[in-house]
Amino acid sequence: MIELEDVGYRINGKWLVRNINLTIRNGLLWGFVGPNGAGKSTLLRLISGELTPTTGKIRLFGKPMNSYEPKELARLRAYLQQKRDIKFPFTSLEVVLFGRYPYLNGTKETVSDIAIAKKALRKVEADVFAKRLYQTLSGGEASRIDVARILAQSPGLFLLDEPTNHLDPRHQLQVLNLCKSICGQGKTVITAIHDLNLASMYADQLLMLKDGVSVACGSPNVVLTQKMLTETYNTSFYIIPHPDGYPWVMPCIK
Amino acid sequence: MQKQTQILLLLSGLLPISIFVAAGVGAYQILPWKIPRILFLQEDGFAVLLYVRFPRVVLTALVGAMLAISGTTLQGIFRNPLADPGLIGITAGAGLGASLWIVLVGGGVLGIWGLPIAAFACGMLVTIGVWKISETQGKVHTVTLLLAGIALNSLAGACIGLMTFLADDEQLRSLTFWLLGGFGGSTWSVVLVTFPIAVVGLFVLFQQASALNAISLGESEAYHLGVPTESLKRVSVFGVALTVGAAVSAAGGIGFVGLVVPHLLRLLGGADHRYVLPGSALGGAILLIWADLFSRTVIIPAELPVGIVTALIGGPFFLWLLIRFKSEVFL
Repeated sequence: MIELEDVGYRINGKWLVRNINLTIRNGLLWGFVGPNGAGKSTLLRLISGELTPTTGKIRLFGKPMNSYEPKELARLRAYLQQKRDIKFPFTSLEVVLFGRYPYLNGTKETVSDIAIAKKALRKVEADVFAKRLYQTLSGGEASRIDVARILAQSPGLFLLDEPTNHLDPRHQLQVLNLCKSICGQGKTVITAIHDLNLASMYADQLLMLKDGVSVACGSPNVVLTQKMLTETYNTSFYIIPHPDGYPWVMPCIK
Repeated sequence: MQKQTQILLLLSGLLPISIFVAAGVGAYQILPWKIPRILFLQEDGFAVLLYVRFPRVVLTALVGAMLAISGTTLQGIFRNPLADPGLIGITAGAGLGASLWIVLVGGGVLGIWGLPIAAFACGMLVTIGVWKISETQGKVHTVTLLLAGIALNSLAGACIGLMTFLADDEQLRSLTFWLLGGFGGSTWSVVLVTFPIAVVGLFVLFQQASALNAISLGESEAYHLGVPTESLKRVSVFGVALTVGAAVSAAGGIGFVGLVVPHLLRLLGGADHRYVLPGSALGGAILLIWADLFSRTVIIPAELPVGIVTALIGGPFFLWLLIRFKSEVFL
């Protein structure tokens, strides 16, 4: 369980997020939505411990965030960034094995670490390029290797910043299906996501942010309303029910 | 994995061979396989081997290992394949210390130790300066560190230039030779001072291998994998300053070893720092032994400064690497 109590973060006099109160139960898939610069990534980085809140408290699995050692924290939560670039010729398998870093004590990876990494590669259907250099992969292939890396890290909390960027529709669904099955094991996934329809299809709960403040929170049916979306994005939307039951969002011109 | 072990074993075998060959070759020729016998029975050539050749070859190996492992570490920390050990100001700082000593203080005061001590101290000061400039609230910004290094390097370079201008002919000569690097003055006492620093430095830097792997994904990714990034940077920068400071104080400015050797290792067996770090140490030692052997035999009885040799071999070799592998490695 993750608890945020009146969390705010300010840098150079500007509040990037403010007054966030949130309780996230285990086993759910949460989506953070909102326009560019709304504070989705900042909130994820606060929950990951990378940023320290200016105000308020964050508790992760019952303990205050700052009571964890770096490696201890890395066994509890993993983070997937939007940007990626590696300057050195590592193979995909080596990159996935970096996910095992918090379990090593300066030692070599064991047979079981390698087995975990290979299993993670299979889950994202990337085992065919295990031996290829990461630098030579396409954007989408590299994204899947990164997903495999955080799977290999096997934490209880997955923080994903736009995991579906660069992916074709099939692999977008694959990653989100993977998130669903992770949640099925009682683990928690929080993802910042721009695609409102994917958010609607997959998220159990949504938090909608605008200018660093929470404007709506709840199930997709509650959050993705015409009024809410129009106010948040300053754009008109049509909302129609998808044949499978969730709200389907379409922006309209003008 | 297998391949990396093979390369490390091969290099571990090449190092003692190189040491023995280099100890044997010179104005007085000794066949390498006779060396153990000569040492054991104190036959002809014993004094040459013990007091001239071995201290020089051992010091060369230590300096080569220290420069190469420092280059690997800085390339890892900066996530930049063009980083070299001079980047954090240590080399230019040491050069400044040496030139100040040669031009303003001169010989007598501390004997032969004055110059290396001045070089080491001044190099450390400049690196501390670089570190302090890039530090805000206990965090060091890597790009600022890089830029501060470049700025202080050129400042130190300008001061060295000023010293060159002020120097008289004899000072100018010793300054130039010092800056070009060389092992002409190797004695066991220099080895004895350098050895513990090398051991500590190499040991500390080897420990960072897994963390350097993780940081190649990016600093924030490394943090999320549980790497204490700030302490990693601190330990690496000051570990490098210590080893490069010792190397430069002992042998002057020797370029290209720290830049080229890590690339060579990565091309041969991949980028895993648990392999590249020890591999660089061995490879740097071997490369510098052969460069020094060349520098002292090519124009017998005179000697070329070894820094010229490493640059002459290293420059074109590095260009060849770039052209040959640009599409595969330097994307």
